[in-house]
Amino acid sequence: MRLLQFFFHLGDISIMLKEGLVQFPRALKSFDLTVSQMHAIGYSSLPLIVLTSAFSGMVVTVQTAYQIREYVPLEYLGVGVGKAIMLELGPVITGLMLAGRAGAAMAAEIGSMKVTEQIDALEAFSIDPYRYLFVPRFFASIIMLPVLVIFANSVGILSGVLIANVALDVDIHTFAESLKFFFRYKDLLGGLAKSVFFGGVISTMGCHYGFTTRGGAEGVGKATTGAVVASSVLILVCDYLIGAVVYG
Amino acid sequence: MIEVRGVRKSFNNNQVLRGVSFEVMEGETLVIIGKSGCGKTVLLKHLIGLIEPDEGDIVVDGIVVNRVKREELLELRKRFGMLFQSAALFDSLSVEENIALPLKEHSSMSKETIARKVKEKLALVGLEKIEHLKPSELSGGMKKRVGLARALVLEPSYLLFDEPTTGVDPIMADRINDLIIDLQNRLKVTAIAVTHDLRSAYKIGTRLALLSEGRIGFIGTLADIKNSKDPAVVEFIRGYG
Repeated sequence: MRLLQFFFHLGDISIMLKEGLVQFPRALKSFDLTVSQMHAIGYSSLPLIVLTSAFSGMVVTVQTAYQIREYVPLEYLGVGVGKAIMLELGPVITGLMLAGRAGAAMAAEIGSMKVTEQIDALEAFSIDPYRYLFVPRFFASIIMLPVLVIFANSVGILSGVLIANVALDVDIHTFAESLKFFFRYKDLLGGLAKSVFFGGVISTMGCHYGFTTRGGAEGVGKATTGAVVASSVLILVCDYLIGAVVYG
Repeated sequence: MIEVRGVRKSFNNNQVLRGVSFEVMEGETLVIIGKSGCGKTVLLKHLIGLIEPDEGDIVVDGIVVNRVKREELLELRKRFGMLFQSAALFDSLSVEENIALPLKEHSSMSKETIARKVKEKLALVGLEKIEHLKPSELSGGMKKRVGLARALVLEPSYLLFDEPTTGVDPIMADRINDLIIDLQNRLKVTAIAVTHDLRSAYKIGTRLALLSEGRIGFIGTLADIKNSKDPAVVEFIRGYG
């Protein structure tokens, strides 16, 4: 039964992605829908991303120092912190936060529309729900996730510099030099590439669970939980796969 | 013209429609009556391809709704306007945006023309100066009327009403019935309504059809139904009265 459900989800997601691609040229006509989603997904999530990435930067600095201090001089702290944030923490924390915030919102909104016949109303007025609801959310997510990751990386590294200077007595200039000396564009671009996939995963799962909502309020609750859990798991799976391809 | 030919539909082994057949003539208002949960809404949704039948066909102006490609179906639906039972207004949009949406999607009208059309349709259903309100700020009756204005905005050939008077008080129900009759007289559209409200059915219907046990048990004029000796008809009318 679970296997059957898995194939049901897979089939439904494939149809949604195919419809999304087919409808893409028409979606450009109503680009304002994508812009409003970019605002909801990107701009509105910025305070959350700044807050979480600041603490991530601080904790990774403190714990990296704890791990390396017996065999590596703290002058090299910058490289450890910078790479950890750009390769992993920036994209993954941003992805997981967005899955909880934007992905859940998508599933709840579309799920509520489903149970109150609003999706049927779109269909009745010859408006393709995938084009009207899924395509703008999909493109807004894959555009805004990398932008948010750039913010997350910057704030994470800055908070790392700050805590290294204040709590660990590492000079700001020394921290920055080690970060700069070992910096590779691949580190940054690999992280950004991950975030594009994470954006696709979050919007696809959020919309899919919304469109397949059944029942009333309970169904909307289940859809929201399902979207967040599926997005989070898939983000970590994609993280490994992309990491293995780019850095393996 | 709409023809429904032997439509059957089941959900999880529960057979809701067991071979429904009827025709809707140009310009008439056919009201499908029946007990709550007998499959009236399911039948109505079949007419615009929101639900596909397991067997049978729905033919609109010679086009078999359940056999056309999706693009053709989307095109065909532009001939319909539908008022949903819960009005199904889009929560995130204002009244004006709700009514304007089909026009924005399917026409190249300017913003000014669309705004004028929205005002016109709102006036047609007796509402004004509520364009900026959100659906959550409207009463049940107002929601139904906004839903009706939205159903009219593409100037459809066919109007579908799903329980138009459910969830509103008797005075508002009467106003909605009068509105439907008035629109019917002015716009000369073909209408199909489903309801369990016999009073509403008597008022707006040209012909009435009784959906019972998954089939159309009776179809005829108001006089026919009142004189019918069919046990299902008698039971429904007596049960109502």
